[in-house]
Amino acid sequence: MQYFVQQLINGLTLGSIYGLIAIGYTMVYGIIGMINFAHGDIFMVGAFTALIVFLILGALFYSVPVVIALLVMMIVAMLLTSLYNWTIEKVAYRPLRGSFRLAPLITAIGMSIALSNFVQVTQGPRNKPIPPMVSQVYNINGVSVSLKQIIIVIVTALLLVVFWYLVNRTSLGRAQRACEQDRKMAALLGIDVDRTISITFIMGASLAAVAGTLFLMYYGVVAFSDGFVPGVKAFTAAVLGGIGSLPGAVLGGLLIGFIESMWSAYFSIDYKDVAAFSILAIVLIFLPSGILGRPEVEKV
Amino acid sequence: MAVTVSRESDSVATPTQRALKEAFYAGAIALGLFVLFIGLKTGQNMSNELVLTQRWGLLAAVVIATAVGRFLYVAYGQPFMANQKIANVATGLLPASVGSRFFTLPAFIVAVVAAVLLFLFNSSLAGWVGAEPAGYLQFLRALAVIYLLACVIYYFRAFIHANFTKLGITALVLYPILVVAVLSLNAWSIAGGLQGSLKWVDNFGIQILIYVMLAWGLNIVVGLAGLLDLGYVAFYALGAYAYALLATQYGLSFWILLPAAGCMAALWGVLLGFPVLRLRGDYLAIVTLAFGEIIRLVLINWREVTNGSAGISGIPKVSFFGLMTFNVSDPNYIAKVLHIATSSAYYKIFLYYLILGLCLLTAFVTIRLRRLPVGRAWEALREDEIACRSLGINTTTTKLTAFATGAMFGGFAGSFFAARQGFVSPESFVFLESAIILAIVVLGGMGSLVGIAVAAMVMIGGTEALRELDFLKQIFGPDFTPELYRMLLFGMAMVIVMLWKPRGFVGSREPTAFLKERRAVSSSFTKEGHG
Repeated sequence: MQYFVQQLINGLTLGSIYGLIAIGYTMVYGIIGMINFAHGDIFMVGAFTALIVFLILGALFYSVPVVIALLVMMIVAMLLTSLYNWTIEKVAYRPLRGSFRLAPLITAIGMSIALSNFVQVTQGPRNKPIPPMVSQVYNINGVSVSLKQIIIVIVTALLLVVFWYLVNRTSLGRAQRACEQDRKMAALLGIDVDRTISITFIMGASLAAVAGTLFLMYYGVVAFSDGFVPGVKAFTAAVLGGIGSLPGAVLGGLLIGFIESMWSAYFSIDYKDVAAFSILAIVLIFLPSGILGRPEVEKV
Repeated sequence: MAVTVSRESDSVATPTQRALKEAFYAGAIALGLFVLFIGLKTGQNMSNELVLTQRWGLLAAVVIATAVGRFLYVAYGQPFMANQKIANVATGLLPASVGSRFFTLPAFIVAVVAAVLLFLFNSSLAGWVGAEPAGYLQFLRALAVIYLLACVIYYFRAFIHANFTKLGITALVLYPILVVAVLSLNAWSIAGGLQGSLKWVDNFGIQILIYVMLAWGLNIVVGLAGLLDLGYVAFYALGAYAYALLATQYGLSFWILLPAAGCMAALWGVLLGFPVLRLRGDYLAIVTLAFGEIIRLVLINWREVTNGSAGISGIPKVSFFGLMTFNVSDPNYIAKVLHIATSSAYYKIFLYYLILGLCLLTAFVTIRLRRLPVGRAWEALREDEIACRSLGINTTTTKLTAFATGAMFGGFAGSFFAARQGFVSPESFVFLESAIILAIVVLGGMGSLVGIAVAAMVMIGGTEALRELDFLKQIFGPDFTPELYRMLLFGMAMVIVMLWKPRGFVGSREPTAFLKERRAVSSSFTKEGHG
């Protein structure tokens, strides 16, 4: 039982990170109907920015309280990563918005290749380890919970509340949901569609940047190629939850996290990704539009 | 089409003012994007801790280059391109195109004279000016020859366009002979003898043709049936491992295993097809992606069979239909049978013709299938699935045949790949490969075989050519490795080509079913499938 609870906590931590990235996928998909393949690399850029900020802080000040360091890392990462995603949307996706479905997908893949190789060229191909920032571990009834995990879950929960408020209670969120339903009609009613889409990309990138910072804090290492695997997992999570649905993305992220940690705990760690992908395929056979996704109605 | 950074509210401003403003914005954004990534570099110090190195000079250079580039584009590039579309008021004609202004007769004559002179007096000039400038003279000569070739292509473009397929196939058949003859028999060639010339057959010819074949195979799934497949590399991997395992374990011949690998890949295509038939659009994309990853992870982790990440080595070579082999130790080695000198060139050239044959087979089957009921059903499925079903087409079998046929060609290409490399490992079958193949299909203009071949040549040939840029080391210093920039440039090229030609290189389609005469349809009229 304790072992199970332990795995549950590990899965929750992992799932929180996936969920944060998955929201970026699902929001962009919901509003312009494209798979933003560069999102995984946006996450990696966020983690790398956090790493560089951490090193700058270490070089400038003798010692910085961990809370402040984390906050500064997160904020700078959010700003810079948003700038990246905003620029990418302007340069690579906006000119193709009226074009056919696969064109922005290809530019997104191109951007993903370009981003990860840009980081490789400028920062070198090696893994970048940092000294552990937070190392306390609490033992509750034989279940060990590290402070890192608590931070991750709390930050994720806080962000999800803020995010939920933004989407459901503000005029910005209303504009977003309107664009999602019908972009032309939203434009006729005076919503600046381009601006709304830009803001969607900025929001997705901010969440990915936070996920990147948390990833760096949790694993203590980042490399230029780290965007792909979490990106694919998060995308899987978004599809599993039903792409386009925000609660679905979080749910999918948590599910993928649980599947992974349970599978590595009880079966073989080698096949944890195979398990996650297989469960995705099986779920989609029975629920072709994901768990919380709306079935696509096509009018003839 | 143009990428605008600011809003078009300042229409009163002169172009230069606008360009300055745009340049300022571009510079500011570049500064924001690059300040941490180019301005600082993370590196390890002696005790393996991360330290930052400052590179503000490089950052300033990049930011200024971005701003200047943006300025030039807005101030001169955009007006120039706009002018190209405006007819002259007096003559009513469009301005002369860039091509006819660039390829003029006087320039052509100058280039001919320069090339001939440089060829004739090459050795004496080299002795006269010294080694260093002689290198530049050779470069100049190469430029003159390229210009002449471009001129010829430009002036015969109508002829080339009309007979593209025939000319292309002839060029492909003659390519290895010409390359080996020209490059190996000339002492002056930069490539350096026979081995240097074989590199052009192997790294360029075979490599590009493998991608052409893969892209033509994927074209059946994506271009014809309109099913988005992000895991095509899985079938390539299956074909490669099928050949590698069966050939090393049971010693079977390539000619038996080639169809076997194709059938096996097709079987897996059907197996993958069954569960995903109900899925549409992006759900299908993610499941195929997941399938590709599953195959790769199984190849890595099933160590007893696949030898894990270490891969399988010592895969036997292809034989000449069992009559002759390419192993020097065999009694029926080709040089012994034909009584010619021993050389590694025969195998390379044989492989080139083999993959060319496989490519042409793929193209032939695709063209034929498009005219069969099943091919028409694929295209109907791509255009409208519901209409397709209402007309009584069985969408299940149609999708399955598309998956299976595409997978089969992937399997063929895979077993060829294994035979050519002599070594396979899961490293060769990552998602990036699927992405590259898909990009070639889309950039070529989905469904167009010629366009896809051109796209493969441009993208793969371009990245292979970037391996040859060692001379840049002389400009940027010995630390500069052009190799590193290869994939960065590849990714950016994908974006730029897509923005420039969103419908691919060949933007029109020829219908296979027509009423009176066959007319090319602009691809903006064709829909893309959802499933």
